[in-house]
Amino acid sequence: MPEIPADRPLPRQAFEALSGRFPDSVLSSDFDKGELSVTIPKGILLAVLGYLKDDLGFGSLNDLIVLDNLAAPEGKKRFSLLYQLYRFPGDIRIRLVLDLDESEGVDSIVPLYRSADWAEREAYDMFGIVFEGHPGLRRIYLEEDFEGHPLRKDFPLAGRSGGL
Amino acid sequence: MSAPEPRPSFLLTRLDEFVTWSQKNSLWPFGSGLACCAIEMIATAAARFDIARFGMELFRASPRQADLFIVAGTVTNKMAPILRRLWDQMPDPKWAVAMGNCAVCGGPFPTYSVLQGVDKIIPVDVYIAGCPPTPQGLLHGLITLQEKIARSHPTKEILNPDARNTR
Repeated sequence: MPEIPADRPLPRQAFEALSGRFPDSVLSSDFDKGELSVTIPKGILLAVLGYLKDDLGFGSLNDLIVLDNLAAPEGKKRFSLLYQLYRFPGDIRIRLVLDLDESEGVDSIVPLYRSADWAEREAYDMFGIVFEGHPGLRRIYLEEDFEGHPLRKDFPLAGRSGGL
Repeated sequence: MSAPEPRPSFLLTRLDEFVTWSQKNSLWPFGSGLACCAIEMIATAAARFDIARFGMELFRASPRQADLFIVAGTVTNKMAPILRRLWDQMPDPKWAVAMGNCAVCGGPFPTYSVLQGVDKIIPVDVYIAGCPPTPQGLLHGLITLQEKIARSHPTKEILNPDARNTR
């Protein structure tokens, strides 16, 4: 249970509802700068997001963030995905965190949040994360014949060809 | 007493000089504003610096109506084929100016996504350094281009199309 100040009852209610609905699935949690952060296993992502959206009212996916943990200590998975959710009534934010290995894919959340469409394409373009079930997973910023995923930490800054 | 017969007026010059004099004083720029350099290019076209003094105020939105390609800003690898196509759509005779460090050599972006100099895809006549160049810098580059045009020999190019590559 994260330390949530008494004057912020809404994040506490949201966390208690979430951990009550998925009792064994909250791997870790944190409350920092008014934002609740919850780490969950990969398999129940869609179930947790569906519960947060339909039952707890988190109707807005603000952002999808990818971290490359290449330099992290042994045992840490390669990538972390952060889903930044927001609920307008009460002004609450929840960040869902899940860890992902390089060879793993993850469920696309486009059926739940339409705004995830381009965010997932960007994550695929820059990091090579494969979102299973995405309606059109292709590059969004870089040219289609670009090789590699440039925001990975093992990607050379000047590109594989050393610049055109 | 009858008025004197008006004499026919005439002027002697070389054809090359006449043609280049016309060309250099009526350049029609195609401004491709790709980044912050575009702001300086627009400022150059506005009243304070007034590019119209050099006959260049007619910025065209279509490459088919322009003969001066001002590449103002960062050229990304994704944009490069489009720029090349725009250049090919401009009718001869035409000139290109690389404005700013990015267009000259990639500038501060030696990265996977940025073309390291627009001269890798189109032939550049004048390079203007700066990040971004001031309007005075751009005007200096354009005056340099005018001097270069004045030195060229368009009649040779008519007789021998390959001569264009050597000018």
